[in-house]
Amino acid sequence: MSAPTSSMAEDRQRLRLDVSGAVQGVGFRPFVHRLATSEGLGGFVRNTGAGVSLEIEGPAQAIERFLDRLDAEIAPPAAIHARQLHRLSVREERAFAIVASASDGECSALVMPDLATCAACLAELLDPADRRYRYPFTTCMHCGPRYSIIEAVPYDRHRTTMRRFAMCTRCRDEYEDPASRRFHAETNACPDCGPQLALWNRQGEVVATAHQALLQVADALRRGDIVALKGLGGFQLLVDARNEAAVRRLRERKARPGKPFALMVPSLGEARAIAQIGHGEEQRLVSGAAPIVLLRASPAPTSIAPGVAPANPLLGIMLPYTPLHHLLMHELGFPLVATSGNRGEEPIVIDEAQALARLDGLADSFLVHDRPILHRVDDSVVRLIAGQETVLRRARGYAPLSLDAPAISAPLLALGGHQKNTVALGVNGRIVLGPHVGDLGDAETRAAYASSVEDLLQLYRVQPQAVACDRHPDYYSTRLAEGFGLPVRRVPHHLAHVLAGMLDNGLDGPVLGVAWDGNGYGDDGTLWGGEFIVVDEAGYRRVAQLWPFRLPGGEVAMREPRRAALGALHAVFGEAALSMDALAPVASLAPAERPVLARMLARGVNAPATSSAGRLFDAVASILGLCQKASFEGEAAMAVEFAATRAESAVSLPTPTVSEAGDACLVDWRPMLAAIVEAHRAGVPAEALAAAFHEALAGAIVAMAMRVGQPRVLLTGGCFQNARLTERSVQRLRDASLIPYWHHRIPPNDGGLAAGQIAFAAGFPTEERD
Amino acid sequence: LAHGGGGLLTHRLIERLFRPAFAEAPEDLTHDGAVFEIDGTRLAFSTDSYVVRPLFFPGGDIGTLAVNGTVNDLAMCGAEPLYLSVGLVLEEGFAIADLRRVVDSMRQAAKAAGVRLVTGDTKVVEHGKGDGLYINTSGVGRLLAALPIAPGRVRPGDAVILSGDIGRHGIAIMAAREGLGFEAPIHSDCAPLAMPVRRLIEAGVELHCLRDLTRGGLATALIEIAETGNVGIQLDEAAIVVAEPVRGACEILGLDPLYVANEGRFVALVPAADAERTVAILRRCGESAVAIGNVEAANGAAAVRLGTIGGTRVLDMLTGEQLPRIC
Ligand SMILES: [Fe+3]
Ligand SMILES: [Mg+2]
Ligand SMILES: [Zn+2]
Ligand SMILES: [Zn+2]
Repeated sequence: MSAPTSSMAEDRQRLRLDVSGAVQGVGFRPFVHRLATSEGLGGFVRNTGAGVSLEIEGPAQAIERFLDRLDAEIAPPAAIHARQLHRLSVREERAFAIVASASDGECSALVMPDLATCAACLAELLDPADRRYRYPFTTCMHCGPRYSIIEAVPYDRHRTTMRRFAMCTRCRDEYEDPASRRFHAETNACPDCGPQLALWNRQGEVVATAHQALLQVADALRRGDIVALKGLGGFQLLVDARNEAAVRRLRERKARPGKPFALMVPSLGEARAIAQIGHGEEQRLVSGAAPIVLLRASPAPTSIAPGVAPANPLLGIMLPYTPLHHLLMHELGFPLVATSGNRGEEPIVIDEAQALARLDGLADSFLVHDRPILHRVDDSVVRLIAGQETVLRRARGYAPLSLDAPAISAPLLALGGHQKNTVALGVNGRIVLGPHVGDLGDAETRAAYASSVEDLLQLYRVQPQAVACDRHPDYYSTRLAEGFGLPVRRVPHHLAHVLAGMLDNGLDGPVLGVAWDGNGYGDDGTLWGGEFIVVDEAGYRRVAQLWPFRLPGGEVAMREPRRAALGALHAVFGEAALSMDALAPVASLAPAERPVLARMLARGVNAPATSSAGRLFDAVASILGLCQKASFEGEAAMAVEFAATRAESAVSLPTPTVSEAGDACLVDWRPMLAAIVEAHRAGVPAEALAAAFHEALAGAIVAMAMRVGQPRVLLTGGCFQNARLTERSVQRLRDASLIPYWHHRIPPNDGGLAAGQIAFAAGFPTEERD
Repeated sequence: LAHGGGGLLTHRLIERLFRPAFAEAPEDLTHDGAVFEIDGTRLAFSTDSYVVRPLFFPGGDIGTLAVNGTVNDLAMCGAEPLYLSVGLVLEEGFAIADLRRVVDSMRQAAKAAGVRLVTGDTKVVEHGKGDGLYINTSGVGRLLAALPIAPGRVRPGDAVILSGDIGRHGIAIMAAREGLGFEAPIHSDCAPLAMPVRRLIEAGVELHCLRDLTRGGLATALIEIAETGNVGIQLDEAAIVVAEPVRGACEILGLDPLYVANEGRFVALVPAADAERTVAILRRCGESAVAIGNVEAANGAAAVRLGTIGGTRVLDMLTGEQLPRIC
């Protein structure tokens, strides 16, 4: 740390360094400031639209040390993706400063996701001697809101919703002190100058403020009330997770009978009391993203009410991630249900005035604050699959982090699918994946979706040259794409899944993509969902699909697994299927309904053909008596997965066989299904059959990979949210000396389509070949 | 060509092929019929072809459909239907008894609707080149409404009145065609709509838009109005009546009754002040009319929104069949 003595003029150099990457809102400028000062360099650093630009001047050796240390000492989440060095003429500048941002020029700076409260801020929060004691909006340059409050890049306070709060002298001093953790922390605030908490009743009248508001909310929650809390990226509905009556009341009010609720628990220790947590899971829980992590519930009885996750061995758990959550959980000391603050399929509410109207009748009171949320970000959901993180819902803490995609140059926009929608932007070798939007059947979600698209284009000041969308003509995203007035690239649904998985794994082919999901539009106008697609330098080719069967009732069959079962049974047994009344799917029908369904199947009346693996899971769930009508998406498939994990005995089923059929092979699961029916009739436990079913499907994947002769096998599509299916497939592929890949940062479900669509539009192998 | 479903593809066919070829003014080739003046008399003129299968179904046959369809198109222009022409295309071998039945239905339907079948034509095509019988009817009517009745006149604040329960015709046809034996047989709603429209006009109800619900059902009709008139339409799901047997059939078939065809139902979009009167007048004509929603400003999205318990669903014009979008 010795300041260099005055050097000879010819020793002095001045350089400009332009860096891009995760360099804004992560304490990068203060880090540069510290480094430059300690090396005795002069110059300045500032944010630009493209990243950070800095000029350093001093002895050549000191500059060299500075550059080395820049690489060695940079701490996540900060990261440099690209740099450019220019030599400048010396200006005899001795001091180093952080200067105002340059807001002109190119805008491709990475917008950081929102970060969970750091340890230092948490310590202050709970320290009675600290001036921020119990202040629920404490942040520093390492933590706090980022994406949810940013209006434009570069990331500076006056371009965030914090601009309405003028810093007091003490906060200003910290902001300007290079030694402070709040040096250039754009969200810096304190009780004297920052956002304030208030408790509203259902009429929107202020009942209490500051810590009193928090204490009253704690009391209300202890009583079993439902509280709407304005969090980081939107409202949450909270209720005591131990109180079955209160949890049921929330289910009734939300009209959500069975879908599991997420929990927020006070600490990691509390989480351990209710769930089994491995090392990888712990790492995710305590990470800066602080997502909901799907964990295996403790086998022993716990305090958690059964209504939180009925018939579900998993619990979705997150830790407090804002000071407000920390204070509340600290006060309560027990787990809360923390579910999205919305009604039905609507997007989560982000504005307190709107909350009164939209959450009226849902919440008993409203804990709000006056820091506006600009971008809606739900809580993210992750699961550890085969030992690694797989993001299932990519939102808070992840969005809008970008991924490398070197093939992309021209700006591209992708509008995603219809459900679990996300949008994506491709620009300058990167793909920016926007946060989870939701299902586009809902009017409010469509409005949120339109603004999500606008947000992304505005934040990155990008004029896309083409718009990519799905091939389904009736997706709202497709209609929107057609209205842009730009070239439209229609991307096959399952190819988009495969390309998303390739992007996630940094693969550029050749690879065999196994794209299994609920269903997507197939090029022949039928519903695909059990596809095998080879992608290589030459293009893509669908090499096989699962044996197709009919879905009587079309979209209704997505909610009634028994219909998928009737379709699958019809494919195996023909007309006889409808008289197998010992089987649950047939038995669940009223006698008068049977002939109607028989006709629908025989004549194809509103009974589209599908190759869907997801629907095959539904069929098995129904046949095994696990689920006839689903109250939420994925319920039946989850029931099969959970049954499999309970299996105590092992049985085996015939592996589906691959046969040549026209341009693509068919993977025939019918003998397997017939064997399931027979074994089930013979009294073989559903659990053992569910396990064998997973095994048979994994076997089919291996058989197909061997036949294609492609060692690299990518598992993608919503079916691979199923940890057992993914893990067994991964294991069986490895056993066969093949190389499995699956999803990590991009969701395997339709939330990943937009990323794949960008890859397609960017000219990633797009030609169909034979 | 897969453009027959009455949905988006039909719509595109008209907009991209027929309109450029035939229309000389923007108001030409409008949905239900043309309106013009000859020697001081204001007339409406419309044509339609009928290709239904099966030819006979509970509640009617291709003959009743052919008469009522054109009668209704004229009525939706605000006209009193007067004269129809009939063109028959028969397949060789078609049973004379069946033909007699159809012709008899047409005579009765014309009588009921107060129109006269004044000219006609018959062609016979080779066996195998037609589905037994196709009918075209064209009709002329005298305009009763003083002001034009068209989506362009719909204004935010207007009420949407539906003349009765929906979905009967489509389900009756499907049940007959596919041999679906429902417990309670469902009859088509096929009926003439000239009288109720006439009563509304005579009562001085300000009719902004009328539309009979045919292929594509209530949803498609309202989406077309919203898009053409550039307005939003907010519907209340609970107000829309679907008879129990139709609801049950739709449930088991997996069809959305909002998209199922009708042949004797229409919507009237009228100023809110006229809403109650409209309902009352229609009820006196024997219709079970209800107000089902209202018109809003488009706000950038000329869409039809359906308020349900679970939120607000947007009704989309579907390309063809109801193809699942759930993944
Ligand atoms: Fe999918
Ligand atoms: Mg017509
Ligand atoms: Zn901090
Ligand atoms: Zn302050």
